[in-house]
Order: sequence, then structure tokens, then C-alpha cells
Amino acid sequence: MTEPIIETANLGRDFVRTEGPLLRRRRRTVSAVQDVGFTVAPGEIVGYLGPNGAGKSTTMKMLTGILAPSRGRVRVCGLEPSRQRTRLAARIGVVFGQRTTLWWDLPLRDSLALTRHLYRVPADLHAARLAELTELLELEPFLTTPVRQLSLGQRMRGDLTAALLHAPELLVLDEPTIGLDVVSKSAIREFLLRLNTERGTTILLTTHDLGDVERLCRRVLVIDHGRTAFDGDLAGLRATAPTPRTLVVDLVQPEAPIVVPGARTVRVEGPRQWLELSTNPAAVVSEVARAHRIADLTLREPDIEEVVARLYRAGREEPTALPRP
Amino acid sequence: MRVLLAVFAYGLRRYSTYRWATAASVVVNSVFGVINALVLLAVFETRPQINGYTAADAVTQVFLAQAFIGVTAIFGPPLELGERIRDGQVAMDLMRPVGFVRWWLATDLGRAAFNVLARSVPTFAVGVVLFDLALPAEPLRWVAVLVALVLAALVGFGLRYLYALAGFWLLDTRGVDAVAWLLGPFCSGMILPLVLFPDAVAAILRTLPWAALVQVPAEILLGRTVLPGGTLGGLAYQAAWAAALLVLGTVLTARATRRVVVQGG
Repeated sequence: MTEPIIETANLGRDFVRTEGPLLRRRRRTVSAVQDVGFTVAPGEIVGYLGPNGAGKSTTMKMLTGILAPSRGRVRVCGLEPSRQRTRLAARIGVVFGQRTTLWWDLPLRDSLALTRHLYRVPADLHAARLAELTELLELEPFLTTPVRQLSLGQRMRGDLTAALLHAPELLVLDEPTIGLDVVSKSAIREFLLRLNTERGTTILLTTHDLGDVERLCRRVLVIDHGRTAFDGDLAGLRATAPTPRTLVVDLVQPEAPIVVPGARTVRVEGPRQWLELSTNPAAVVSEVARAHRIADLTLREPDIEEVVARLYRAGREEPTALPRP
Repeated sequence: MRVLLAVFAYGLRRYSTYRWATAASVVVNSVFGVINALVLLAVFETRPQINGYTAADAVTQVFLAQAFIGVTAIFGPPLELGERIRDGQVAMDLMRPVGFVRWWLATDLGRAAFNVLARSVPTFAVGVVLFDLALPAEPLRWVAVLVALVLAALVGFGLRYLYALAGFWLLDTRGVDAVAWLLGPFCSGMILPLVLFPDAVAAILRTLPWAALVQVPAEILLGRTVLPGGTLGGLAYQAAWAAALLVLGTVLTARATRRVVVQGG
């Protein structure tokens, strides 16, 4: 068995908050992360999901060594992050979508040149990697532009390059596609996939963009209220919080809501109707086709977004009391 | 070491991109130097010598002080570190495989080096042209002044690094900065040479780090160091404060990054 690249167990972090009026201040301990445990093997792409305030960023900070855990165990690349932060930093790449390591006033090229000294990469190797990344991420047109003038998508590609020039074993991404348009998002996703398959770089990413998850992650971790709520593949996640598939039927002309066994019509809009399936779609499709004149049919898988939302709600209520929309 | 040289060069280049701001500060420093000098000349009209200082000595100190403003950043700007702690960008700085203090020191010395060339030299030249300054004849004294300038830049960094580091505990350093920009110029001999203060006050201020920014370098230039050991004693005083501040900064950095919260999600 290969050594895991990330290993956490019973990981927790508390923050002390002082609140109340000035003279009667009280200190209250808030647990941002209560009990998180997971391991990531080399070569995996893992999506780390959770609602705002669930403890995602706090976990990320503990994994990168910016924050020391209050309890539990964390090892990344065999190192203890908060004690060996500088050593760890040399072996991993980190991109926080809302932050940048690039030098604001200087051309992108200068920031990228510095990483060679920062990570002690031999000059020829650095040049070769930079050439490769420049091509893959299409940096050429703005290499000489000062960073403050770059668009968000360009800056993000610059930050990714800066994080990868030392060929890290592990890439940690905190919302890498936040605020990007569809084209930039897709460029970054394709790039990450390639990086993973060709170089074997392990990728751990947090995101609210479920497109990222569906395209990239074979495995997802869901954290809620500071605890691991789910750890498994996407299909498993869907199974945990069962969300019905939807059959979208385009009739030739508008009709009354379709009544058919194994499905429930949830929405009607002109000739288009949405049927929530509770059984095998094939049976429903043939039944609908028999009784109605159909122009088009689409089967829609539940959105991961919906699935995760259900999972969060499930964590707060009794598992049996899954609310039905 | 290579990386620190690169960071130093970056600091230098970065400030060189703001040409008009630099030109404006040379004008401001020169004008304030002239006003300050004229006021002191009026004071010395009534008494030709105060605590061993002549009018020429005082005016020389005024222009040295103006020339040191940019290098020591005695009126600011604060280190960007403070702002980065406040908005959480410091997370990215902590992810660099380089010592934290060294990284910021290298950037700031780059800034200081640029200021020597672009601000100190022209500002001092204005003083030399307009006034009769008490300048040393021996070249060795000038070398000592250059060393004093470097040490003053280190002390200036050491102080500003501590101000910025306070952000890890206070979360916002703007209050600290506001106090610092008042205290620094007053305690350093920048606004008024310390020799013009009441003796007891001057004696206290001479033990504080700010004196290493202006008063001690000025006395090295004038050859009037009151510290034991003369010029070397003055340099030793600066070096001791620089070392003390940097050590304190390093110790506190280790504490701050271990115990303290990086802000922002």
C-alpha cells in the first residue's frame, strides 16, 4: 500500500471569541472544525465540499500549516504542517482563489521568475516547465503585463503557474474557479485533469462550483458543522441523499399534466412538462410515448448541488425526515 | 540567499515604477527641510550655541533628517504586512518556503535602497546648495555615515515590522501606525534635534531605538557623537538596536504564526 499524501484523524480547531458589552465580556469557544478524518492517496483528485462556515477553509489552513490544530492528527507529505510549514511549502502548491502570490506592480513574468529561486529549481528545468505551462494555460499574451492589469481569469492562470513551477506532489486549491466565466472555468478544469493524469499530481480542492466537482472529482468529501458528513464517490453521494431523476417531456402541443404510474408531474410550461421519476425511466418513457405525441425527451440526473443541499439538511434533521420538494 | 537578492531587487524595481510619487516626495522633503532650517536659524540668532550645536550643525541635521525620511520610513509607509494580516493575504506569504522576517526585510531594504538613490541624495543636495552645512572633510567620516544609513534602515524596518506584526493580535494596525508616525519623528530628532530638548528628556530619548534613526547618524556626520567610543560607539548603538529589534521580531513571528488566526475564508 502506498503512503497516503494527506492523513488526518480526529482533527479539530477551536477559536475563542470574546463577545458582549465591553464591561461584561465573555469568552466563548467556537469549534470551527470538530472532528474531521480522511486520507488521500497519491494521484487522487478529491473535492472538499461544504456550505459556507462548515469548516472548509479552516481545514485547508491546517493542511497547509497556516493554522495549528487544537486537537487530532494531521500529516501532509509525511510532515506535520504547522511545525514544518516552510519545508512543506516547498513540496506543495497552493492556490487560494481569492488571494494571490503574484506581485501586484510587476509583470507576471517577474513573479514567475522568482519562484525559481524560491523553490531552488535548476534554471533549465524551470525554463522547460514555464514553457510548458505557458503553452497549456496560454499565458504568452500577458506575460509582460503588470499583474494589477490582468483579468481575474488571467491572474488565476498566473497563480496556478506560480504554484506549479516547482512540480509539487500535491496541489491544494481553495475555490480555484471562483468568479471566472465559463470559458476560463473550463480551461482551468481541463488543465487540472491533464496535470493529474500526466504528472500524477494529487489535487485537493474546495469549491462551491459543482461543475468543478462533476468534471474533476472522482471522490468527494462533504464537511458539515465541522464534521465529515460524507466520503466517497459521486454516485455514492447521490445514493446517500436520494434525489429523484427528472424526465423532461416536450409534447407536440400543450396538454394537461401527464398522469403516468412511476412518475409525478411537477411542472408544466407550455408543451414542456417535468416528471419526477420514482421508478425505472424506461417504463415511464414507453408509457408516456404510448399515450401522448412526443417531440423530444430528456432524462436529467439530479444536480450535485441539489444532492449536497439535501445532505446538509439531512445532517440537521433525522435522516428519515428527508424533506421532499 | 539568491531568493533574498531577487526579492531585494523586486522591492527596488517596484518603487522605481512610481516616478511621479518619488519626484513629489523629493520636493516635499526639500521644502520642509528649508522651512525647518529657517526656523532653526531664527532660534540660533538669539543664541549662537545650544548644547554644543551651532546653527550650521542644526541645519545640517535638518537636511540629514529629510534625507533619511524615505530610507527609514519614519513617517510611513507601514510595511504592507500589516494590511496583509488584516485582509488575510498573509496566508499566501506564509506559504512561501522562505523565512518570514527575511522575506520582508529583503523587500523593505529594496525599497530603502531605491529611496537612497532617488530621494536622499537629491534632498541632501538641495540643502548643500541652499545652506552652509557643516560637512566633514575626511572621507572616512562619509563612510561611517553610509554605514549609519544602512543601520538606520535596519532599525526603521525592525520598528515597522513590529508595528505590522501587532496586527496578528490587534487584527488592525492602523491605530498602531498612527501613534508610531507621531512618536517616531518626535523621538528620533527628526522634528527637532535632541540637543534642543531639556537634558533629562533628551537623555531618555537617547536610550530609545528611534534615536538610531536620525539623531545618532546626524552626530556621526557632525563628528559630535556623545556616546562613549565616538563614531564607533554611535554605530554600535545603532547596530545593537537593529539586532534587538530583529531578534524580537523573529521571536514574535514564531509566536504569532503558531498561536494566531489568519483572517478570512
